[in-house]
Amino acid sequence: MVEWAIRQRTDDKGGQAVNVRTVVLDPTAEDIPIERERSPRPESLAGLTVGLLDISKPRGDIFLDRLEERLDSLGAQVERYAKPTFTKPAPVDLRREIAATCDAVIEALAD
Amino acid sequence: MEFATLDDDYEAMFDRGWTDGLPVVPPTESLVAGMLEGTTRDSDEVVALVPPNLAECTVEKVAINAVMAGCRPEYLPVVLAAVDAICTDGFNMHGVLATTMSVGPILVVNGPVASEIGMNSGVNVLGHGNRANSSIGRAAQMVIRNMGGGAPGGVDQATLGHMGKQGLCFAEDEAGSPWISLAEERGFNAGVSTVTAFCGEGPRLVADQRSRTPESLTKTLGEALLGAVSSRMVMAMDAMLVISPEHMSRYRDAGWDRARFHEEISAQLMVETDGIVAGAGGIEEGLPVALGGITVPKFRPGGLLVVHAGGAAGLFSAIIGGWLNGPSGSEPTTREVKP
Repeated sequence: MVEWAIRQRTDDKGGQAVNVRTVVLDPTAEDIPIERERSPRPESLAGLTVGLLDISKPRGDIFLDRLEERLDSLGAQVERYAKPTFTKPAPVDLRREIAATCDAVIEALAD
Repeated sequence: MEFATLDDDYEAMFDRGWTDGLPVVPPTESLVAGMLEGTTRDSDEVVALVPPNLAECTVEKVAINAVMAGCRPEYLPVVLAAVDAICTDGFNMHGVLATTMSVGPILVVNGPVASEIGMNSGVNVLGHGNRANSSIGRAAQMVIRNMGGGAPGGVDQATLGHMGKQGLCFAEDEAGSPWISLAEERGFNAGVSTVTAFCGEGPRLVADQRSRTPESLTKTLGEALLGAVSSRMVMAMDAMLVISPEHMSRYRDAGWDRARFHEEISAQLMVETDGIVAGAGGIEEGLPVALGGITVPKFRPGGLLVVHAGGAAGLFSAIIGGWLNGPSGSEPTTREVKP
């Protein structure tokens, strides 16, 4: 439930404005966003496991192949993942697997 | 006497981000209670998890948004069915929002409820001017915005969009059609009221004012359908064809039924891929060259949805192009309207 006070005229002959309380029902999900601390940024990627998530759009693999080369040269262990389709959010199980396995993740957009 | 422009209910609701750009009706307790009289369902029954935030949405929350959109209580069961349909995993509302393609839910109502609540299936059927048509589609979109968090510029990233995203909902003209309805074709009985949600772009006109035979008209419609979304895309996207009464008379007079029409138009919708591979005709867009040399259908089986609607005069039909179909995109989804 949401309330606000609105000034409205009491008559149409220039009467005094008064505050009229309007009560409406909330059309939203009434969610309260949770703020989370970002994970600490690693100072170096050497020795860390970095996940590369392909969203399955054309040519995303080309971008990620190049990133994998660069990450290899920095001493990172690369794990490759792919969403089943770019049109839907990554499945929960895939997100959990990445979170459990990787120290960092890079998600590729492409076209 | 001072009246600041912000000092009214309508501005207060704009300020909270609750509107689609047009004013909304303040959802007071009494109006929402009246709206809930339109259904026998409990107000706290969960209708859907609304994408993209997957918010649990009750009948009451749908009723609040239906009040805001301008619905009458008797429209509520149709809004509930529409929300149910577009929030399924198959319809994939999250993807429909997120795509840069300019698509949104197109809602087709079949069955007795359409005339019971005064929906338009005639003149200007894909346009404005009928309260039920305009507010039902708007209510469903407001649920997506307010409950699911799917607003333009946020998860909705459509490059262009179209005005039908404000809520495009219409009824099929069943009484004037010689064919079974879209809902019957999709497996529902004639006496059952349904909403079919199709993910589509804005409608475009197909003019054919000369064809006097069904064969000729079918060729015109086929030619236009080959260009739906892009003439270089085949099988990946569905389409909806809205056949007007005067065009339908060609099929009625010749005794074609819905099945015959599908059979005949399918023959017009075969594409030789040599003409649409990348580079063909000097156009870089196209299928991979390796897919040349074959003939394929423009649409997958069942990928052309056909509806009869429109004003009695005018030799025009309309095409509503789709978005990616199948498990990777959006499946047309039909739900029964329950009281």
